[in-house]
Amino acid sequence: MTFVKILAQGAIALLVAAMTASAAQAATFEVKIDNFTFNAQQITVKAGDTVTWVNHDDIPHTVTSKTMAFRSKAMDTDDKFSFTFATPGKFEYFCSLHPHMTGTIVVEAAGK
Amino acid sequence: MTAHDHDHDHGDGPTRRKVLECMTWAGTGVLWTISGGVPHSLGLVDEADAAEAKGLTFLQISDSHMGFDKPANPNAKGTLEEAIARITSIPKKPAFMIHTGDITHLSKESEFDDAEKIISQAKLDVHYVPGEHDIIDPDIKIYKERYGRGTKGSGYYSFDANGVHFLGLVNVANLKGGGMGSLGNEQLEWIEDDLKGRSASTPIVVFAHIPLLTVYPQWGWGTEDSARALGYMKRFGSVTVLNGHIHQVMQKVEGNVTFHTARSTAFPQPAPGSAPSAGPMKVPDEKLRTMLGTASVTFKRGDKQLAIIDTPLKS
Repeated sequence: MTFVKILAQGAIALLVAAMTASAAQAATFEVKIDNFTFNAQQITVKAGDTVTWVNHDDIPHTVTSKTMAFRSKAMDTDDKFSFTFATPGKFEYFCSLHPHMTGTIVVEAAGK
Repeated sequence: MTAHDHDHDHGDGPTRRKVLECMTWAGTGVLWTISGGVPHSLGLVDEADAAEAKGLTFLQISDSHMGFDKPANPNAKGTLEEAIARITSIPKKPAFMIHTGDITHLSKESEFDDAEKIISQAKLDVHYVPGEHDIIDPDIKIYKERYGRGTKGSGYYSFDANGVHFLGLVNVANLKGGGMGSLGNEQLEWIEDDLKGRSASTPIVVFAHIPLLTVYPQWGWGTEDSARALGYMKRFGSVTVLNGHIHQVMQKVEGNVTFHTARSTAFPQPAPGSAPSAGPMKVPDEKLRTMLGTASVTFKRGDKQLAIIDTPLKS
């Protein structure tokens, strides 16, 4: 009985440790630019996470926030742009060269 | 002398560019007079007037994309050189050239240099408007340093040639997310003002990069506030709108307005909706030159529509 209890406590401790680590360790997400589209068009990340956009088109594109919270330079083929989202919120963006291309990053609070 | 300058309604005195343009114009007048066999005893102005009866021919080139080297055309420089070589071989020299934007692919100084080196071989005055690829630097600094003298705002202007009024417009600056090409309120007010007081019989030629006609909104092929601009042109008998951007020939007549788009000299793009996206279209090598080219536009007094002839690099 005691042995099982210790095991269970150990498992809980490990689980808590893992959860703490995932909350503290920021993740990186990738958004592909293909055929004049942001893919995925909307992603949800946690505050502190980084999003990297990669342009796979033969035409340059930009990643420009509607509120100018972030703005990339023109990315030629295979160029990348990264931005770390520090604060929660809904960030809408578009390509300033081809404004019909739009996307959204939803940033949730880190502890959620 | 026929008025032919970018800032004719401002009494700032002639700029160097203006003087050079007038010189070019005078030179053209002389050439026409010689080819028409008209005696040249009356001086340059009258000679130019004599030439006027024969009409005005100018050329449109578009979307040279200097710096583009992807599979759809690894040698965009070479095809621009071919286009310019064809222009220099035209027996009757055109009055001037207009370039409807995307001179470069990435707005780099070296790309603008290459364009200048090749296009200047045509030895014609060139009136430019920018494409979105030419103003990638947020302040539009490089483009405006090279082509912005005598222009307003993001680089728009007007001039007159042979009784035809030309407006060079910019619909690629300050674009809004989810939208298409845009002229913006400041430019629209300028257009209204620029056309005010002009006779309705004055032929109007508008040139800009993105089509003013809504060709295909799903790909952003249109200008969201073009209806307001065209509204100011309703009372004119003849309006011709020349655009680039879509790298293919398209023509539509709506009332008094003729819309026309020119080929690119760099690479073809797919017909609206015929491909997953508007990206550069790879075609078999032997077909490429049939899909690239330039346009020649001729205006004859009394004609409602301008005659536009699209010439591919290879037929």
